[in-house]
Amino acid sequence: MIASRARSQASHRASFRMDLVGALLVGAIEFAEIWVLYSATDQIGGFTLAQIMLVFGLSDLAFSLADLVAGHCDNLPVYVRAGTLDVFFLRPQPVLAQLVTSDLSLRRIGRCLVGATSLTVGLVLNDIDWTAGTVGLLALALVSGFVIFTAQFVTAAGLQFFLVNGAEMTNAFVYGGRYAATQPTSVWPRSLLVVFGAVFPVAFAAFLPVSTLLGVPGVAGLPDWLGWCAPLAALWAVGVAALCWRWGLRHYRGAGG
Amino acid sequence: MRPLPSPARNPYWRFLVAGFRGQSAYPLATLAGLVANATFGVLKGAIMGAAVESSGGELAGYTAGSMAAFVWLGQGMLGSVNLWGGSDLQARIKDGDVAVDFLRPVSVQASHVLTDVGKGLFGLLPRGLPSVLIGVAVGGMVLPSEPSAYALGLISLLLGIAVSHAAMYAVATSGFWLVETRGISVFYMAFSGLFAGLFTPIYLFPDWLLTLALLTPFPSMMQLPIDVLSGQVTGAAAWQHLGVQALWLTIVLVVGHLTTRAGRRRLEVQGG
Repeated sequence: MIASRARSQASHRASFRMDLVGALLVGAIEFAEIWVLYSATDQIGGFTLAQIMLVFGLSDLAFSLADLVAGHCDNLPVYVRAGTLDVFFLRPQPVLAQLVTSDLSLRRIGRCLVGATSLTVGLVLNDIDWTAGTVGLLALALVSGFVIFTAQFVTAAGLQFFLVNGAEMTNAFVYGGRYAATQPTSVWPRSLLVVFGAVFPVAFAAFLPVSTLLGVPGVAGLPDWLGWCAPLAALWAVGVAALCWRWGLRHYRGAGG
Repeated sequence: MRPLPSPARNPYWRFLVAGFRGQSAYPLATLAGLVANATFGVLKGAIMGAAVESSGGELAGYTAGSMAAFVWLGQGMLGSVNLWGGSDLQARIKDGDVAVDFLRPVSVQASHVLTDVGKGLFGLLPRGLPSVLIGVAVGGMVLPSEPSAYALGLISLLLGIAVSHAAMYAVATSGFWLVETRGISVFYMAFSGLFAGLFTPIYLFPDWLLTLALLTPFPSMMQLPIDVLSGQVTGAAAWQHLGVQALWLTIVLVVGHLTTRAGRRRLEVQGG
């Protein structure tokens, strides 16, 4: 099923290439914003441009991968209004699995390149002590970040059963979460720490592992091994997503007809 | 029913009002937009505030208070200016509905731009005002003390909204020549946010990038209105801002007019 979607997209070459270039451009401009900000000052929240490149690269790569897999969960309100979702219930596959495979957007691969480049340059620029622990922490962070962002998409989809016309509300933690993940948590007020450090734990996707890696304090008063807890944060995010999705699905009554 | 006052008979006035009213039909969507808007505002405020702090309390002419004003005025304008590169016209050209628009005894350009400006003006109520209130209450935003900033700021704001929708209209007319305008929309969106001052004030840019930005209409859509509204720019400099905006409004309107005229000759609607 997934292979058939991939084939159908690769067959429109011109439009596919344009989408790829567009995705690269959007990603590059997002990086340009960070570059402008950190070039205008020496450091923000204890992080220099070279250091934040690691955070941006790691979080953007994790988000882009999650977007590739689960980004079209955003289309749920459209499917609900059009009645497409009812068809999903008739097939002998889990509804979530069908939603996730309903539209594989290969053009989103372009976004992964931006994050991967930033991460690579960041790894070269920073003075990193390469040990098995370092590699392990990076791998752990990338996988956890991917799981956390995917869970945010599913959480949003679950809530959208209730919010059909107010779907933009979930953008606050899905896309706001992506934006938050590229920032040093050390500059956040307490309210943001609660929202993006605990409830939607995107701080664990990149910033906290990187601050553990570089030995730069992340959040005042918390231990610097906190970055190793990323898998716990991912587990929590998956739990929340599972609850929201089940709750939303049970609430769904169909589009009538 | 009371007799309508005379401007209400003017079709162009009615496009403006229709756009304004159309938006009020979705209160939940509006609330949702505000929640997302405020979340981004708090995040942006935190990072920009920290940037000002780490450069010793002043960054490119911004203090903590004026940077907060930049952030929250910008968030407040997001529901009113179009930086996203989408327009109803695009869809109407693609499916041929625009042919019907051409049959009407009103200007296609004026009706589309005014409807969008009307939507934008409505956006100031549920999204603009609350954003400013949040900014003042929790963001540490400083309001300008002199009344002239409000009067000029309002004009600048209106010009900014008009420039953004008129420019978007001009871009959408490319659909008369191109089958697929999504690429152009993505390209437009990528640069509009950066150059309009959506993320950081454009004055933080290195000189070459700032010059490049100032050669586009994008700063007129957000950065310049924010400058005037926040009282960051006053007196003669504020008038100069208004002049630049008026110039860009004229340019994008003329471009849109010419492309509409050329596109109308070019238009072929399929089917019969």
